[in-house]
Amino acid sequence: MDYEQTAAAGKEAVMDILQEVKDPEVPVLSVVELGVVRDVKLKEGHVEVVITPTYSGCPAMQAIREGIINALRSHGFDKASTRTVLSPPWTTDWMSEEAKGKLREYGIAPPGHTRDREDRPVACPFCDSEDTALRSEFGSTACKALYFCNACQQPFEQFKCI
Amino acid sequence: MSEKQPAIEIEGEALRSHLFEYCLRLGDDRLVLGHRLSEWCGHAAILEEDIALANVALDFIGQAEYILDLAGRIEGAGRDADRLVYFREAIDYRNLKLVELPRGDFAFTIARQFLFDAYDVELMEALLDSSFQPLAEVAAKVIKEARYHLRHSRRWVVQLGDGTEESHQRMQKALDEVWMYTGEIFQADDIDRRLHEDDMAPDLEELRPRWTKAVQDAVEEATLKLPDPDQYMAEGGRQGRHTEHLGHLLSEMQILPRSYPDATW
Repeated sequence: MDYEQTAAAGKEAVMDILQEVKDPEVPVLSVVELGVVRDVKLKEGHVEVVITPTYSGCPAMQAIREGIINALRSHGFDKASTRTVLSPPWTTDWMSEEAKGKLREYGIAPPGHTRDREDRPVACPFCDSEDTALRSEFGSTACKALYFCNACQQPFEQFKCI
Repeated sequence: MSEKQPAIEIEGEALRSHLFEYCLRLGDDRLVLGHRLSEWCGHAAILEEDIALANVALDFIGQAEYILDLAGRIEGAGRDADRLVYFREAIDYRNLKLVELPRGDFAFTIARQFLFDAYDVELMEALLDSSFQPLAEVAAKVIKEARYHLRHSRRWVVQLGDGTEESHQRMQKALDEVWMYTGEIFQADDIDRRLHEDDMAPDLEELRPRWTKAVQDAVEEATLKLPDPDQYMAEGGRQGRHTEHLGHLLSEMQILPRSYPDATW
């Protein structure tokens, strides 16, 4: 294999490892699925993982940084570091349909697309009814809002669309 | 931040010092307002609002961290965000007086928050086009949060203003009380003007009518009265002349790292 192929294979291996690192607040999604991991750079045995914060105030970022370093170390990448970038700013549009399905299954209404109308109804993750109402713009974490389903009488959280 | 970021090269000592000061203004506003909002944690009237205010507080403190870190990289004297936050005196803080005022009752907190959020949205929209790339990048991140914050605080202004007799009267009182601290937001000095000449920062005079319009619309919808814009306005925060309240806030915020400078957590 020439150098470029080796680098590509190495990057893929690192991405596979990063799939094991879950968001501490939403443990069904990995940091890759969440769109927090932006790039992986390999140079002379050193791995640099480029990440971007979801919200400025997300207190999970430090745990995510440590999770990434620990996962890489446990797979033999002793020289690993993270670098945080702000640009381009994180958006829920980076989340795949598969990732959104995982959120729904976990009981969190997934985000719509930023190009959708803001007042688009949010479907209940439990009964799929669109007869739901916003209770609070802020849920248990910065990335979620609190809703109530009038059909099945369940409160639920929605992953905010930004 | 636990990651070391490289210094930023700036051509010319004057420009470097202006950009440093400008970032202190942006960062200190957020830090101090975030701290004031965090005081509600565990005290708000309903759980949802307790959580909301804590969330907004965290956003502001996170934004302050990026911006003060940026300030430190511009200054090039080895100070990071923590160093700037914990080891400056009140006289070296560059925030508006508006954000350091005690949190007051819920109406006061909301009035102040709404007036700041309306300014923040206009400011960040303008900074998206800053010719100083690091600031444009910060703005692209912050604008998303600022719009969301405004939606929340504006909704409360309308709900309380157009609510019961008691909530209406308290919302009006809060608006009247905080009003004299809004003049300083748009008071440009040499730093603003020089940075505006280089397209790095917006013209504050251009932001003012857009802010006034946004505030007026909400105040009308809330059946409240806009206070007199020509009344006496407080000033001096940007130059480090603060109210007595900032010193008390900082002493609480800074006590631990000042007592144990080598502490890590």
